[in-house]
Amino acid sequence: MIVEKIEKEKTNLSKELLLEMYRKMKSIRRFEEESIRLYREAHIYGYFHPYIGEEAIAVGSCAAIRKDDYIISTHRGHGHCIAKGASLRRMMAELFGKETGYCRGRGGSMHITNVEEGNLGANGIVGGGMPIAVGAALGNKVKKNDKVVICYFSDGAVNNGVFNESLNLAAIWKLPVIFILENNQWAVSTPVSHSCAIKDIVKRAEGYSMPGIIADGNDVLEIFNVTKQAVERCRNGQGPTLIEAKTYRRTGHHCNDPAEYYDPEVVKFWEAKDPIDNFRKYLFDNLLCNEHQLNEIDQQIEDDVKDATEFALNSPEPELGGFLKEMEEIFYETMKIVL
Amino acid sequence: MREIQYREALNEALHEEMRRDPLVFCFGEGIAKRGGSFQVTKGLLDEFGSQRVLDTPISEIAIAGGCVGAAIVGTRPVGEILFIDFITLCMDMVVNQAAKYNFMTGGNGKVPMVLRTQGGCGNGLAAQHSQSLEAWFFHLPGLKVVMPSTPYDAKGLLKSAIRDDEPVIFIEHKRLYFRKGEVPEGEYLITIGKGDIKREGKDVTIFAYSLMVSVALEASEELAKEGIEVEVIDPRSLVPMDYDLILKSVKKTGRLVIVQEACRRGGIGSEIAAFVNENAFDYLNAPIVRAAGLNIPIPYNLTLGKACIPQSKDVIEAVRKACS
Repeated sequence: MIVEKIEKEKTNLSKELLLEMYRKMKSIRRFEEESIRLYREAHIYGYFHPYIGEEAIAVGSCAAIRKDDYIISTHRGHGHCIAKGASLRRMMAELFGKETGYCRGRGGSMHITNVEEGNLGANGIVGGGMPIAVGAALGNKVKKNDKVVICYFSDGAVNNGVFNESLNLAAIWKLPVIFILENNQWAVSTPVSHSCAIKDIVKRAEGYSMPGIIADGNDVLEIFNVTKQAVERCRNGQGPTLIEAKTYRRTGHHCNDPAEYYDPEVVKFWEAKDPIDNFRKYLFDNLLCNEHQLNEIDQQIEDDVKDATEFALNSPEPELGGFLKEMEEIFYETMKIVL
Repeated sequence: MREIQYREALNEALHEEMRRDPLVFCFGEGIAKRGGSFQVTKGLLDEFGSQRVLDTPISEIAIAGGCVGAAIVGTRPVGEILFIDFITLCMDMVVNQAAKYNFMTGGNGKVPMVLRTQGGCGNGLAAQHSQSLEAWFFHLPGLKVVMPSTPYDAKGLLKSAIRDDEPVIFIEHKRLYFRKGEVPEGEYLITIGKGDIKREGKDVTIFAYSLMVSVALEASEELAKEGIEVEVIDPRSLVPMDYDLILKSVKKTGRLVIVQEACRRGGIGSEIAAFVNENAFDYLNAPIVRAAGLNIPIPYNLTLGKACIPQSKDVIEAVRKACS
């Protein structure tokens, strides 16, 4: 069953939830814009894969699950982490490689994880999180709880073997996983049209006897609605769903990639479909809030991002002696380069 | 004491641990209804049901990755990769996920999983079902690597592996499954990282693990007739390695022979030789000698296959060389 048109049932959500969605999306955007600036100043290093333009997917889907549910993220994961409730302070500190970061400076941008908050981790390997998400769902089943797992991945992952093994196992065992395919149309510099013979990848869901749903990845409410339906299916023991969220990767693969292979007209088209601007407009048009309220939220976000940056700047670097001592305990070997 | 087979000892370990802890569960190819290719998981389905004993499709990535995910959320999965040769299909899950998770996340999450598999040369199983790949995992930080040589060790170590909070690659040997050995009734554990002296001797130390322990013991009997008293030490786990046991034995005998079934190049023996050289050179009365597999794939033909891995006569020759 492939569903292509979603009935829009937008306004029955509480104002609180709507504003929270706006706040989360804007937080992700501003966090990333600020961290790209800090990257240029060499406070942040390594690989940094921006999520700019895709915020509606993380926020809409995370709003549809409970706090004790799980997500598993990707190398382009800042949005998922913040949407699941990550603290901007500890996120920024991790990007700075500081001891106060989520991974104590050992993971960086591609590995932000907080198991306690249900974020089972971003992943540096394309598709690497998929079987892990399936395993987490299997674990939930063994533990006899009703938690669900959202597995984020992109069009770049769907031609890798993990896609097949993960979807198939989840389908035969009816595991509570929601596969969210963020089709941002680019895998590094290869357009999806060059790597997939079909236009709607979601059609592959039929091959696993799993519902497949196409959603507008730039519409936070649509993502919320389709995820909610998938969550219900999971909790009713009906197994996984594949959601293809159509969107666009507005930046290059990482922030050192100028994306000279892009067509500027296409980028303009997607800029006009900006998920945050459009949701802001939707909130106004439907008289759900006034400009003052949104400006207040915006200001709070500015303060939060500034606070996160200061926190990261003022946090201590990891201490080498302590690190090596801890490693000796974990890895059982003498931590000396020359014996 | 009663004697049971290696596979029966493993089977008892699984039964006992699954009874003890409802969060322990098993999955793999043909492990439930069929009870596994070597009958290690026989009877588990009947006792624990299909929620905890699951047959998977031929999907090694999903098995290994499934273990990682299930472990992160707090269960204790025991996955089975039918042949260690097939672990190549899920190396990302083993190398980049299981082995890295705890480290990479700054200790955020533990991965208490066991990936059981079996390796080594069988009877004409040819190049894709006969490999000894333990050095890959030995090389890699972040995994424990266990390779029991007897039914007693197999049981005690598998129970410890299941209770361990870190990912464990548990490598059995296909030619050990039907061998018998003494195993006491009732529960016991063996600490992972603690080696064992399989035979005491004063003249020369043989370091061997897995199937090669029995080859070394057989050679030792022959050598005893010549008046050479061999000490056979078995690390039982490669990570953590019981380096103290190696040093103690080498300091006593002054001679070391290393036996490994795997290819000589880049093997466990290379590392042990380097370790002894760095830490006990002054105690050595002769150069270290290695008896190891040839640096080639395993051929199908039985005679050719036998010639590729150390036999008792090769170990005897190595010991004589070390004692000359």
